[in-house]
Amino acid sequence: MTNHWVDIKNADLVLIMGGNAAEAHPCGFKWVTEAKAHRKARLVVVDPRFTRSAAVADYYAPIRAGSDIAFLAGLINYLLSHDRIHHEYVRNYTDFSFLVKTDFAFEDGLYSGYDAETHKYDRSTWGYQLGEDGYVVTDPTLQDPRCVYQLMKAHYARYTPEMVEGICGTPRDAFLKVCEMIAETSAPDRAMTIMYALGWTQHSQGSQIIRTGAMVQLLLGNIGKPGGGMNALRGHSNIQGLTDLGLLSNLLPGYMTLPGEKEQDFTAYLEKRSPKPLRPGQMSYWQNYPKFFVSTMKAWFGDAATADNDWGYHWLPKLDKTHDILQVFEDMNAGRMNGYICQGFNPLASAPCKIKVSGALSKLKYLVVIDPLATETSEFWQNHGEYNAVDPTRIATEVFRLPSTCFAEEDGSLVNSGRWLQWHWKAANPPGEARNDQEIIAGIFLKLRELYRTDGGAFPDPILNLAWRYKQPHSPAPDELAREFSGRALADVTDPKDATKVLVKKGEQLNGFAELRDDGSTACGCWIFAGAWSEKGNLMARRDNSDPYGIGQTLDWAFAWPANRRVLYNRASCDPAGKPYDPSRMLVAWDGLSGRWSGSDIPDFKADSNPADGMGPFIMNPEGVARFFARDMMADGPFPEHYEPLESPLAKNPMHPDNPLARSNPAARVFEGDRENFGKPDRFPYVATTYRLTEHFHYWTKHCRSNAVVQPEQFVEIGEALGAELGIRSGDPVRVRSQRGFIVAVAVVTKRLRSFVLDGQPVHTVGIPIHWGFTGVARNGYLANTLTPFVGDANTQTPEFKSFLVNVEKIQRVV
Amino acid sequence: MALQSLDIQARSATTTAVPGVRETLDVAKLIDISKCIGCKACQVACMQWNDLQGEIGHNHGDYQNPRDLNDTTWTLMRFYEVEPEPDRLEWLIRKDGCMHCADPGCLAACPAPGAIVRYSNGIVDFHQEHCIGCGYCITGCPFDIPRLSKKDEKAYKCTLCSDRVAVGLAPACVKTCPTGAITFGGKDEMIRHAETRVADLRERGFVKAGLYDPPGVGGTHVMYVLQHADRPELYGLPKDPTISPLVELWKGAAKPLAIATMALVGLASLFHYVTKGPNAVSREIEKETEHEEEEQA
Repeated sequence: MTNHWVDIKNADLVLIMGGNAAEAHPCGFKWVTEAKAHRKARLVVVDPRFTRSAAVADYYAPIRAGSDIAFLAGLINYLLSHDRIHHEYVRNYTDFSFLVKTDFAFEDGLYSGYDAETHKYDRSTWGYQLGEDGYVVTDPTLQDPRCVYQLMKAHYARYTPEMVEGICGTPRDAFLKVCEMIAETSAPDRAMTIMYALGWTQHSQGSQIIRTGAMVQLLLGNIGKPGGGMNALRGHSNIQGLTDLGLLSNLLPGYMTLPGEKEQDFTAYLEKRSPKPLRPGQMSYWQNYPKFFVSTMKAWFGDAATADNDWGYHWLPKLDKTHDILQVFEDMNAGRMNGYICQGFNPLASAPCKIKVSGALSKLKYLVVIDPLATETSEFWQNHGEYNAVDPTRIATEVFRLPSTCFAEEDGSLVNSGRWLQWHWKAANPPGEARNDQEIIAGIFLKLRELYRTDGGAFPDPILNLAWRYKQPHSPAPDELAREFSGRALADVTDPKDATKVLVKKGEQLNGFAELRDDGSTACGCWIFAGAWSEKGNLMARRDNSDPYGIGQTLDWAFAWPANRRVLYNRASCDPAGKPYDPSRMLVAWDGLSGRWSGSDIPDFKADSNPADGMGPFIMNPEGVARFFARDMMADGPFPEHYEPLESPLAKNPMHPDNPLARSNPAARVFEGDRENFGKPDRFPYVATTYRLTEHFHYWTKHCRSNAVVQPEQFVEIGEALGAELGIRSGDPVRVRSQRGFIVAVAVVTKRLRSFVLDGQPVHTVGIPIHWGFTGVARNGYLANTLTPFVGDANTQTPEFKSFLVNVEKIQRVV
Repeated sequence: MALQSLDIQARSATTTAVPGVRETLDVAKLIDISKCIGCKACQVACMQWNDLQGEIGHNHGDYQNPRDLNDTTWTLMRFYEVEPEPDRLEWLIRKDGCMHCADPGCLAACPAPGAIVRYSNGIVDFHQEHCIGCGYCITGCPFDIPRLSKKDEKAYKCTLCSDRVAVGLAPACVKTCPTGAITFGGKDEMIRHAETRVADLRERGFVKAGLYDPPGVGGTHVMYVLQHADRPELYGLPKDPTISPLVELWKGAAKPLAIATMALVGLASLFHYVTKGPNAVSREIEKETEHEEEEQA
């Protein structure tokens, strides 16, 4: 989230799209009811299903699964063509006036540089026109046809309400009603928040859907504002912490990135990631990358990381490609992997295309599962009748199950969607032989290190040089790890302006990332967490909910990254002169007397930068402003464009009916062998979408009796029109089949799933809740991901769980 | 649930005088259907607080689980897909359970002394140790709430967490509700709160929004804020609930008649005694009886 949960109460309009907060985030949803009750906020829900969020919405608009970009692009067109944008904001805080290279082009659904063989773009034309001074050329009059504003206007003019209706199925009047409600928040004192989740992420163009939402918010001036923002609602309580700590395969902690295999030169690696400002007077905060990086290396390798060995840079893996979940199972399936450690992860249930995952796991020599529960993955080799019809005699994989603790059985910090690191305390002892995760990992590490010491190996250096300074080496304590990620001084850290002034003494905990150095004098395991555990103690454990400004800015509750800042880009809540657009909801303001920014939040800005100096509010960007034009940073284009899901009921992309290459995302991640595994609408005519229910949490709570009582058995939802067509009534057992397999479940026939007419054809949606499997106390069921396709978003490689094709048939058997 | 720190104001099938010294607050639970997201946290909290281990059932083609209220399900989310006007779909989700009527039909109907009580704060509670399992409370309830257990042949329903309320805590469902759709407090305070909610809903276009506190049962200590208060049947609620005429007959008009009959029988006995003297067993009959007993032995 750019903002945080409590801040939602400051919204005037809440748009839930690509998510279902009332069902999937019921506790956080309370802030929507607060906004409604106390600010008369309106709630708009746009979703293929009339969800429990829609049940309490002021307005609901239906949309075909997988068509969100078309809807949002139509909204952009509406805002631009009706002049309902926040002019001062977009002129000053975005790239509206930046000129784009003349050879950048978009023709017939493809951006310049497409290679149809590799399904990839050469992005060299996707950039700005640079002047001789190295800065971007701009046209403040916004008249130049190559400026971002003009390009964008032309790009989105194609998304008329008629086109939106033709792609999304959303009735024209419903679409326009939503546009009108949203457009009202272009007023400087009105704010809209967007709450989204996996309904936007899990598409072959998920990142671009989210970008389109962010573009809408920028046009309205809603980024950086209280009650505004782009708010990604995270599903697991600590999934935010997972990405923060760099557990994605291509990341390092704090959103630094692993080098590619061509990046053998350390200086070049740092330079590439420390961009110089693209406009005069801008901060470009990533210029501090070397400080973050060297401090991380010092945290990992301690004294072994020195200037002479490039701080251990050469011990890091250099990526040939991203090794995300789809790539891993592709490699495993191709027999390129021997073993797999599966920690807190149930891929047989949560990865797409169960048959491929199951086949891949069967090719391993060993599988280690670290989990508090007996997961389906740990029993993938066992025959569970129709629900897992494998032949154990044909699977040689040795499976080790290491029981771990669950969150209530350990101390530690969890990062919530609002970036708050909240410490929690152990409530119960773990059962049986369960151990906490760090103890299990420490055990594996210590044994490996011993083997490397005694037996040697191909490349023992990273393992042998890893610093392991825990009081009990076999069991690093949560507070030791927290201090390590927060950071400490290895030598006295002095003020860069005054070398005699010591900011932090040697051995002390750091106050924040401003104290990090690139000379090896600081160690910090995750720079964005710096200061979470300072000499003041464990700030994550703070529980003071005083709210001095009355807008939910409780700065003494826990610790928010970065720097305890609660709303990102908060400088943009003020006009260029530094006055809040809405003084009644002030985050920060420029105080000319003290010459500083201050307010209810920690300024996301250089604290003493006078507004007259013109520094932009988006300090992480070298532009200093927000980007509508993504340059070369997205794999599939600088402007989001609607493409059909890989499996779509439409034969053509209505935007580009004559170009088969532009039917689905041209740069989506598809492995060659999987292309024939995509279903066609002649055999699989219905759009399927998978989702979660309030009553369950993923594949965990089917192990819990109370949850199983209130939602006991697997079901699928179909609309009344499809039910009538197929003779299916509520309660009937049905078989849902995709190109990759089938599931059997009880049918829920409902008014809440509406059918659309697209291109003259009816399009029906089949809703598939995911929570069932073959372990636990709820009634056994089929894993929903038996059905889903093995395709990833072009940027994040997130699987397309939200839109694919199935067929449905009524069956006689009672399940 | 028997719990004696609350004053009992009415007790089934008894005429014992009620305590009247303590001044207690009339309590109420307000369920705002417009804020309810149907998450069923209240259902789970109810099961957990009251140590109820429900059955893991089946899906019957909707979101409602278990299928109905039962001896281990004292509150249940009911889901209604309705179109109050054409092309305007609403998914109304109502937390069903005991309404805690001021004039409880269950208590009126109950023939077992002390099996159903009404506390001075308005909570209607079942004391299962006195329950004889006749099921009259079910007939007496205008909301179809109490359920007989097959396990112990006793009737069960929501207690409004009388045990929690007695020690100053809100009911478990109220405490767990994530959106504040369920609130609890003095009945007057809840009515005032409901008025603000109704005003908000009317401003949002629900011109018939209102409070459900049906007078036919003397008002209730569980009330609803409804978007369509003119059509409670959309939510599966009776429009004008009253105690069944049978119960009224049984405990109302018929009761003095019954008492009069009993009094008449007593009077007749007295008359018989006065006129005919005490009943005495004659010597012949005594002998006959002794003879029969010997034969049986």
